[in-house]
Amino acid sequence: MELIVFAVTAVIAIIGAVAMVASKNAVHSALFLLLNFGAIAVLYLLLRAPFLFATQLIIYAGAIIVLFLFVVMLLGAERHEDNRDRLAWQRPVALVMAGLLLAEVAYVVVALPAQAPVTTDEGFGAPEVIAEQLFTTFLLPFQVTAFIILAAIVGVVVLHMQEKRQV
Amino acid sequence: MIEIPPIDWSVVLQLCIIFGGATALLMADLFIPEVRRRVTGYLALAVLAAAAIAGVAPWGCRGHTFSGTIQIDSFSLVLNWIFMLGAAITIVLSFDYLPRHGINRGEYYVMILFAVGGMMLLAQGADLVVLFLGLELLSITLYALAGFAYPRTTSEEAAMKYLLIGAFATGFLVFGIALVYGATGATNLAQIGAVLAEGRIDGENRIYLMAGAAMTVIGLGYKISLVPFHMWTPDVYEGSPTPITAFMSVAGKAAAFAGMTRFLLTALETQREIWVPILAALAAITIVVGNLGALTQQNVKRMLAYSSIGQAGYILLGPLAASERGTEAMLYYLLAYTLTNLAAFGVLIALEARGEAAWNLSDLGGLWQRSPGLAIAMAIAMLSLAGVPPTAGFVAKFAVFTAAWQAGQAVLVFIGVIVSAIAAFYYLRVVAQIFMSEPTREVEISSDRVLAFGIGLSVIAIVLIGVLPARLLNLI
Amino acid sequence: MTWLDIVILIVKCIVLTLAATTMFAYFTLFERRLLARLQNRVGPNRAGAIPLPGGQRILGGWLQPAADAVKLFFKEDVVPVMADKWVYIMAPGFAVIPALIIWVAIPLGYWPDGAGGNLLQLAEIDVAILYLLAVTSVGVYGIAIAGWASNNKYSMLGGIRATAQVISYELALGLAVLGVVMQAQSFRTDTIVDAQTTLWYIVPQFLGFVIFLVASTAEVVRAPFDLVEAEQELVGGYNTEYGSMKFALFFMSEYIKLIAMNAIAVTLFLGGWKVPGLQTLADAVTASFGANIGNAVFGLTSLGAFLLKVTVLSFVSVWVRATLPRVRYDQLMDLGWKVLLPLALINVALTAIVNVILPDNIWISGIVLFVLGLATLIGATILSRPKYTSSQVTMVKNNARS
Repeated sequence: MELIVFAVTAVIAIIGAVAMVASKNAVHSALFLLLNFGAIAVLYLLLRAPFLFATQLIIYAGAIIVLFLFVVMLLGAERHEDNRDRLAWQRPVALVMAGLLLAEVAYVVVALPAQAPVTTDEGFGAPEVIAEQLFTTFLLPFQVTAFIILAAIVGVVVLHMQEKRQV
Repeated sequence: MIEIPPIDWSVVLQLCIIFGGATALLMADLFIPEVRRRVTGYLALAVLAAAAIAGVAPWGCRGHTFSGTIQIDSFSLVLNWIFMLGAAITIVLSFDYLPRHGINRGEYYVMILFAVGGMMLLAQGADLVVLFLGLELLSITLYALAGFAYPRTTSEEAAMKYLLIGAFATGFLVFGIALVYGATGATNLAQIGAVLAEGRIDGENRIYLMAGAAMTVIGLGYKISLVPFHMWTPDVYEGSPTPITAFMSVAGKAAAFAGMTRFLLTALETQREIWVPILAALAAITIVVGNLGALTQQNVKRMLAYSSIGQAGYILLGPLAASERGTEAMLYYLLAYTLTNLAAFGVLIALEARGEAAWNLSDLGGLWQRSPGLAIAMAIAMLSLAGVPPTAGFVAKFAVFTAAWQAGQAVLVFIGVIVSAIAAFYYLRVVAQIFMSEPTREVEISSDRVLAFGIGLSVIAIVLIGVLPARLLNLI
Repeated sequence: MTWLDIVILIVKCIVLTLAATTMFAYFTLFERRLLARLQNRVGPNRAGAIPLPGGQRILGGWLQPAADAVKLFFKEDVVPVMADKWVYIMAPGFAVIPALIIWVAIPLGYWPDGAGGNLLQLAEIDVAILYLLAVTSVGVYGIAIAGWASNNKYSMLGGIRATAQVISYELALGLAVLGVVMQAQSFRTDTIVDAQTTLWYIVPQFLGFVIFLVASTAEVVRAPFDLVEAEQELVGGYNTEYGSMKFALFFMSEYIKLIAMNAIAVTLFLGGWKVPGLQTLADAVTASFGANIGNAVFGLTSLGAFLLKVTVLSFVSVWVRATLPRVRYDQLMDLGWKVLLPLALINVALTAIVNVILPDNIWISGIVLFVLGLATLIGATILSRPKYTSSQVTMVKNNARS
């Protein structure tokens, strides 16, 4: 049962990722990315990490892709896409590199002895456990994040205000 | 209920002062009128001074807190002082620059304080997560500061390029940390070191560890602008407001070096035979490419950018030696380099009028006749960068070369010395231009006293350190 | 999990979907009649009326939703030539699916199935609150891509407005819910309902409740925050180019989301399905008719109580729509970012402080929080009063003179 769900979701995730890169239209790309993120959220659920599932949906699907769409729609960027690829020589190189990476992954999966799957207790991904980690082991990083966000907000506002003052 | 573990505040006192001061300053700035903007800068200096003094008491102690995610030792204290010194001189250099370029905003000083906080996290962090967050805080503030001279399109371009490349580098770093965690089951540097020392990592985990470590080094390498991750440096340095260029080139680089040294020497100590040759190769090409790139530059700001790439290669010799002595040499080099680069950029700031920039080499022509003080300062800075005695630069180069020699990196030292000799050409070209050429056009020179004070202070420090190196080396 | 379980699950889902759509249908009737009353009109009162002897007609209008549905079904289904066809067709689906799946995590009542489960809540998930927030935030895609795919400037503006609005109010909404989560110390909806046995969270979380009501109205882009489809400026906004059943789906998603929001508000702040005396009644029935009947009575009564509460909140929604004029775009953004978000943060801080200082007695801490919340609300109202500066007025006068 789980295997079926996993297979279906994984295929959807891969299709979403490939279609995102292949799609010419920026809005279509964003929507395929959404498909991919949704599938990954389901994969988290299969890994028994419900908290990650919810945050993946809220942050990536609910906020980031929406902002992508917002910007693309606002700028009308999807209509002016430059079709000339000035770095055309990179394309075959990238394909070769990707192929190498794939081969490497395949090697790791096939050639090396399979390890026993990591067993976790029931509440491994539960929000309570994550909260406890955040407030004990990772308390300092958790607090520092607040300053990172503050710095980012101040930076964006300052740059924006300067733009306004020019007008 | 979650019990919050006890916290040793003395370890994070400096961080608390910087972050608390920055936040308070952000609000205080609202009540300071624009004509009195300098007050914000002075307050920022006061915050830095308070944090610097707070570092005196724990000198010689070692300790860690917050579940071992952050630590304090002499290494981090010295680095913190270097960061604060760099930030303080940058603020002093900016007093005159900001109003002249119409970007006189109080947030500028707050952002510099935040950047210092990020750097201190990199120096004090004992956990990959903290190192990552410190680097992010530093990078995000620098992205905004690079674009601070917004009306100038080059500044915008600099911010854009820096942001895109920086985000890319962050991707490497995060993925690297994830792989290291996957392989060792720990993000704490000491724990990773312990796991590796036991030698239990083998098979696929070993592949993950190597890939992760490589990606982490690449992520940090972008910030240090090691070749081949240096492409962004000249453009970003050229476009950013000049004080920020100075700040980025010294303090930002020092912080990334701090993080890299911690990662390599604490976590990957036992894997030395793997990473030393790789980094040695990187250091060699960085020295060569940076200095050769600087040779052809006519634009002084770009020349200094390439020179800073080359200097990064020399600094890397310190951690490569993987010894106490190497680390000391690195700290010493960072201090000397910080002072020297700030002095050099300070002179450029003094020459940079609004709207036009005196960055061309020929604009320095005849500086000796127009402003002897600036001419001497620039000359000393260039000599120090070239590594000519009796300046700080000479002692610094000497220290890293000896450390590397003792660690058996003879080839590397050989390359370093030869390239230093070549590099002296373009540094001395600037000196020659200053003293022997005639001025080609009229360049307005700033006569701000604070700016002159900042440049003077750095120059005196360069010479003092150069003449009396033993005192400082003993201290470290 | 056996195949039978899966079949049962699917049947449950279908029943829930049908129930939600029926609720939507009758909510439209409810709204139309009520709006008509509030505006001194009569409203739809013909379809399905039952004639009584003596010329009287009762239940007039009860078939109106069915009539509307039939009408929409038989309209011509048009796809604009220049539209992005696939996205255009997908958009209504994107809109309606989140509106429907949001219901699975809401406990509609409590009907014990004998095995520790609850027949009236489809999914008892650990992160139910986060799930609700996630699904709400995904709901904006329908509108956004409908606006884009229609290839119509009005639609596009509607889509862009919707995106900005939903993102802005999501923050306040999430933080308002956070207060409840802190109070109940759980993300589970059933735990939150259980925690409200003695005291509904509307008392300690009064500030949160007000923020939630405002933010949820904005989140489902309903009057007075319906700039997305402002008829006067945008012709109809994102759904201008949609007709027939595709339009009906948008219409449906909007109303189902509204009811769902009200249902969430009931669950979080108004005690969910809890009513005083419910347990006594169920016990009495169990004693005389056996456990199955007792459970059934418990389930149906709690469901009825839940629906009653939802109806009360729905009445408020309609009332607000009939009363308040549409806000301007800058007012919308100001309210979201400068009023609701700080208020929600204050609410979180107050909740944390009061619950740590007064941990034991829910009544005392509840009342203290209520008073503090009310005071904050009054303070915010005074502070954010519209200011008419004299300069603005003179400017108008000067313009008029020149």
